[in-house]
Amino acid sequence: MSGDKGDGDGSGEGKGVTMRVEVDVPKCVASGQCVMIAPDVFDQREEDGIVVLLDERPPSELHADVRESAVVCPAAAIRVVEK
Amino acid sequence: MVGASAAGLAAAETLRREGYEGTLTLIGDEPYHPYDRPPLSKQILGGQWDPDRVPLRAPADLDALGLDLRLGVAATGLDLADRTVALADGARVPYDGLVIATGVRPRRLPGDGGERAHVLRTLDDALALRDRLGPGRRLAVVGAGFLGAEAAAVARGLGAEVTLLEPAPVPLAPAVGERVGRMLARAHHDHGVDLRTGVAVAEVTDGGVRLTDGTLVEADEVLVAIGSVPNTGWLEGSGLTLGDGLECDEYSAAAPGVYGAGDVARWHNPLFGTAMRIEHRTNATEQGMAVARSLLRPDERRPFAPVPYFWSDQYDFRIQAHGYLRGHEEVAVVEGALEERKFLAVYRSGDRVAGVLAVGMPPKAVRTWRQAVATRAAWRDAVGELVPEGT
Ligand SMILES: Cc1cc2nc3c(=O)[nH]c(=O)nc-3n(C[C@H](O)[C@H](O)[C@H](O)COP(=O)(O)OP(=O)(O)OC[C@H]3O[C@@H](n4cnc5c(N)ncnc54)[C@H](O)[C@@H]3O)c2cc1C
Ligand code: SF4
Repeated sequence: MSGDKGDGDGSGEGKGVTMRVEVDVPKCVASGQCVMIAPDVFDQREEDGIVVLLDERPPSELHADVRESAVVCPAAAIRVVEK
Repeated sequence: MVGASAAGLAAAETLRREGYEGTLTLIGDEPYHPYDRPPLSKQILGGQWDPDRVPLRAPADLDALGLDLRLGVAATGLDLADRTVALADGARVPYDGLVIATGVRPRRLPGDGGERAHVLRTLDDALALRDRLGPGRRLAVVGAGFLGAEAAAVARGLGAEVTLLEPAPVPLAPAVGERVGRMLARAHHDHGVDLRTGVAVAEVTDGGVRLTDGTLVEADEVLVAIGSVPNTGWLEGSGLTLGDGLECDEYSAAAPGVYGAGDVARWHNPLFGTAMRIEHRTNATEQGMAVARSLLRPDERRPFAPVPYFWSDQYDFRIQAHGYLRGHEEVAVVEGALEERKFLAVYRSGDRVAGVLAVGMPPKAVRTWRQAVATRAAWRDAVGELVPEGT
């Protein structure tokens, strides 16, 4: 499933782009936006709602959602590195 | 994009990410790279963070967007027929699509130009106030809205003596309801803030703050936090409709190819069936993204119909709210207890769930209620009988 053709999900890059996700936990304000957009990649701690990164290297079909989460995050706490 | 902050940056980033390859000009009158405002009244004012923590994007990520960044220069006019934006340095920037994201500025008080008077909107504002707070310093905060309340809490944490002046009998009652407002008032008292409600402030003076009845509230520093005014001055005479902000339709469009986003924009939110202007951090981003998509794919554009969200940190607790709470007719505490500062309150407008506000509740519970707001669930099904406020 590592998509070697641009399949129109908006990523455009094609050939097995790898993604690494970084979260700056002290910045997180527990808004939960990332969890609503990409629940397979992000969760929230039960006690205070702070982000928990479930998948540091999400599969390509989740990349669009992860990029969306990074833009939406109101604390700019999510950073996406793609190679 | 005019306005280089949360909304303008989100629009720029979305345009690039979703395939726009042409010139993207981001114009901002502040001299800094886009930075985040919520930490200003929290970690920056409290001294926990250095200013290098607030930029919205790492320099490399910003570079990668390939923007024509015009910082430290204000837009001074808009010519809709010509499709150009005039800048203070004399330049004219042509556009095919325009995003207006110039935000708001603090409302002021008479006499607040002096040394001891502060507002809190920019990084420079926050650093200036931070440098003057400390043990034994006397701070008067005018306005017990979220901003004033956060600043009061942080100043107490720094050991300052704080007087919080609020014209309404209960702080934030229109926004969150009387009961939650009283809970907030109690939190101030518990933390040693001298909260005075029902007082009208006339002016900032040499000695502090003068009330309309003549009383002088002595203070070394005064923070004026009495709301804000949309930055639309540069649009006057452009032909766009200006009222309480830039007036937009349900697509956030102000004119063909011209969109408003963030704190400056008032638009019709079809989910709540009303026009609103939202001064919340997430709305700035979401609206910036939405208008970018409308510019990229005008044939597929959809009304902007978000569930607004905000949070606010006060002392040792955090308020989170989803929905549109203003104008609510009923508040029901459905979980927890206000006195314990752990609760979930649901807000009703008409016969529908309009919002949810939570303090110290598990995220899943909050998300479940947010869903009730997003679907505009019937109150009777979600909560029960309708009981109007004040009965
Ligand atoms: C201290 C503080 C704390 C906050 N805390 C919270 C919080 O806890 N939770 C929450 O949800 N929200 C919070 N907010 C609100 C949130 O920060 C705003 O909703 C958000 O910044 C709005 O982004 P914006 O891009 O629409 O506008 P702004 O951030 O106001 O940016 C507009 C930019 O445009 C510039 N500009 C104005 N006029 C011109 C012109 N003519 N030409 C060029 N540039 C111009 C301005 O200088 C500014 O840089 C807080 C705000 C402040 C100030
Ligand atoms: S979107 Fe950002 S602030 Fe909100 S929970 Fe996720 S990481 Fe935290």
